[in-house]
Amino acid sequence: MSGSLQLWPQQASGHAAQLDTFIMAFTVFVALLVIPVGVLVFVFAVKYRRGKTVDRQHAPNRKVWLEVSWSVVPFLAALGFYVWSTSLFFELRNPPSDTLDIFIVAKQWMWKAQHPGGQREIDELHIPVGQPVRLVMNSQDVIHSFYVPALRVKQDVVPGRVSSLWFKADKPGVYWMTCAEFCGTDHSVMGGRFYVQTADEYAAWLSSSGVDQSLVASGEVLFRKYGCSGCHAASSAVHAPDLAGLYGRAVALASGETVIADEQYIQDSILLPQKQIAAGYEPIMPTFKNILRDDEVIQLVAYIKSLRPASWRVK
Amino acid sequence: MTVGATLETPSERASYLRAGYSLRSWLTTTDHKRIAVLYLYAITAFFFIGGIAAALIRLDLATPGGDLLSNEGYNRAFTLHGVVMVWFFLIPSIPATFGNFLIPLMIGAQDLAFPRINLASWYLYVLAGLFTLYALIAGGVDTGWTFYTPLSTLFANGYVVAALLAVIIVGFSSIFTGMNFIVTVHKLRCPGMTWSRLPLFVWSLYATAMILVLATPVLTMLLILVCIERLSGIGIFNPDLGGDPLLYQHLFWFYSHPAVYIMVLPAFGVLSELVTAAARKRIFGYWFIAYSSVAIAVIGFLVWGHHMFVAGESTYASAVFSFLSIAVAVPSGIKVYNWIATLYKGSISLDPAFLFAMGFIGLFVIGGLTGLMLAMLAVDVHVHDTYFVVAHFHYIMVGGAVTAFFGALHFWWPKITGRMYNITWGRITAALIFLGFNLTFFPQFILGYLGMPRRYHVYPPEFQVLHVLSSAGASILAVGYLLPLIYLLYSLRHGQPAGSNPWGATGLEWTVPSPPPKQNFAEMPVVTRPPYDYPIRDPMSRE
Ligand code: HEM
Ligand SMILES: [Cu+2]
Repeated sequence: MSGSLQLWPQQASGHAAQLDTFIMAFTVFVALLVIPVGVLVFVFAVKYRRGKTVDRQHAPNRKVWLEVSWSVVPFLAALGFYVWSTSLFFELRNPPSDTLDIFIVAKQWMWKAQHPGGQREIDELHIPVGQPVRLVMNSQDVIHSFYVPALRVKQDVVPGRVSSLWFKADKPGVYWMTCAEFCGTDHSVMGGRFYVQTADEYAAWLSSSGVDQSLVASGEVLFRKYGCSGCHAASSAVHAPDLAGLYGRAVALASGETVIADEQYIQDSILLPQKQIAAGYEPIMPTFKNILRDDEVIQLVAYIKSLRPASWRVK
Repeated sequence: MTVGATLETPSERASYLRAGYSLRSWLTTTDHKRIAVLYLYAITAFFFIGGIAAALIRLDLATPGGDLLSNEGYNRAFTLHGVVMVWFFLIPSIPATFGNFLIPLMIGAQDLAFPRINLASWYLYVLAGLFTLYALIAGGVDTGWTFYTPLSTLFANGYVVAALLAVIIVGFSSIFTGMNFIVTVHKLRCPGMTWSRLPLFVWSLYATAMILVLATPVLTMLLILVCIERLSGIGIFNPDLGGDPLLYQHLFWFYSHPAVYIMVLPAFGVLSELVTAAARKRIFGYWFIAYSSVAIAVIGFLVWGHHMFVAGESTYASAVFSFLSIAVAVPSGIKVYNWIATLYKGSISLDPAFLFAMGFIGLFVIGGLTGLMLAMLAVDVHVHDTYFVVAHFHYIMVGGAVTAFFGALHFWWPKITGRMYNITWGRITAALIFLGFNLTFFPQFILGYLGMPRRYHVYPPEFQVLHVLSSAGASILAVGYLLPLIYLLYSLRHGQPAGSNPWGATGLEWTVPSPPPKQNFAEMPVVTRPPYDYPIRDPMSRE
């Protein structure tokens, strides 16, 4: 056997350490519930074996307080753990505002990443230590699931929706990243290395992986190339929404609803423009679904996110 | 071979087994006992087909490179394993065999309410089985038993539609059986068999039947939609055409979560019977057990979202599903403590059926409490879709439901066949299964926490030691599952005649001869005593 025996996963983040503490406490709780069961089954089977002379008088067949207590006490204890684990989970779902956003495209059977500066990588991901990182993920085909055991985080990547995941790794090292949702023939080999680097190493890596342009800059080129600017530029004659300052703003829809313009909304507006029509505009925008490659969509979204409202046009 | 041909003793002459020997008399029977035996044959066959797939999987995982099968072959093997074990073994096993055989006998009826529909359910089961075998022989399916879209509708290779049809058809078989049980329990109880005197096995099958009837149609419609999307490309789940892949998961788990209770509630019912009979003592907290079956059946419909914590469900929905899942764990927990309280001051015999019951209790408690762990959101984010989950559901389904099935088989075998089997071999089997099981599946909890995803054919070498332990355990388990085939079949020809009540149990089924006559009861029984009415013993008794 080539393998060595490993019994506990590596920890690469504060969250991993917290979860490990939780799981150890919970295991103790579980043991407290299991061990009496095992012991009593065994003790009773021996003590009250048929043919043995023992006192079998007044065996109860109902004791309400006993039944209530053995259901209520474990339930309340479990609720304590529930509060604990749910608060850990809420942290996982609420990223801080200063995250470094990296874009991921999942496809059968690889992970493609693109950094804000435009650097791309496949089946590898480099991130800086101590910096909150948010992954903004899309799938091109089936459902995949981004998983780094050392961080104790995973998130399914569902086609047609933008999934995101954030973490803060605090231990430099090389870890395993993989796919946890069954995604077809080569599912089990979809994955690779996850590098947590010091700020300097990360900067060095960024500059050594050659790029032509940053995401935003290439998005800007595409914005002109595909004619988006024709309608959306401030000077355009066509009545289309101005995109400056859109990201993060509440948008009123023709249906009467209001949505927050997040990455999902921007992507949908490009690929499925009829899905949510902004109030006050004609549904005239064509879909770019079969025109744009998925990395181009990412670049456009990054560009639109970067557009700050020009001060003289603030309404 | 037919069971009837080998039985000899005079008391058996009028038995259901002797009411005709021809194959035709079996294949056209409407006798619930014969249909139960037909199911036993068919279900055993599928258990071994699913088992062969499991053996392939386990052998393959003994090395990290997956040297035995190709990636594609591995995916097909675990899909087949999952489909066969879930729909062709676990869901029908206890209800269709022991439920069919025992419900009428336990409530003092001559048959189920709709005997012909009962036979039709068996034929549907067999037809569905043929579709599965076709899908297998024609080349297999690689979607996993969960058939997640858009993998199953747009990308999967293989005979997906044949497999889906198999599951749709076997669903109708379940719905028929469930309906039949509900009507039978309502309408055909003999005089004096009030709801408060109903054996707990009947209570649990009644609750199971409710789930079968309410949940299965959701699955049926869902899978029909998948077939339509796969064949015609309409956008129901395909996001490119405005569909939603998560819609599939919601509907799938709306059925499949209750379905795990279809697998364990009958097992609970079996346990209640085995424990009281082994202890010769009234069950502790009859009403708690009866009502908790019903409570589990109801709450079981409200927790499907715990399969989707990382799929894209909202944070608050997840928090609610997590809470409800913890709440459903409580009624399940109660039962375990009730069984143990039943043993207190009992007169316990260590028959094979009781050893299986003990094994069940141990394995089920571990399975249930690790389920509680999975319901904790932060834990699930890490271990979802890893071997931790594989271990958890095998503890529940194989450690629980399959162990209970074997317990039931050892308990009611003398009633069904009229013969006793070798008790020592029965005990050895119960012990082997318990040991083999733990060795197979306990290491998988560790593997899962280490981060080994499920459905992986190739894995990092650090995980190999644990996988090898698991594979070694599986070979012990396999021996445990094969042994009964030998000594139970041997008992058919050479076993001692069992007599009507070999375990000294209460319950109407033990008042008729073994095997029971074709007409269950010579005259309509009248029940005047509570269930499990074992005699009160003298102080300081040996018995
Ligand atoms: C010797 C006995 C068994 C062994 C060694 C075994 C092994 C396995 C393994 C290794 C998997 C995971 C496949 C994967 O995710 O890569 C699996 C999945 C599964 N097993 Fe078993 N199993 C056994 C018996 C059973 C039995 C008796 C049942 C049900 C009665 C069962 C039901 C399932 C189900 C439902 C799955 C999920 C399939 C899926 O993920 O697609 N197994 N089994
Ligand atoms: Cu994948």
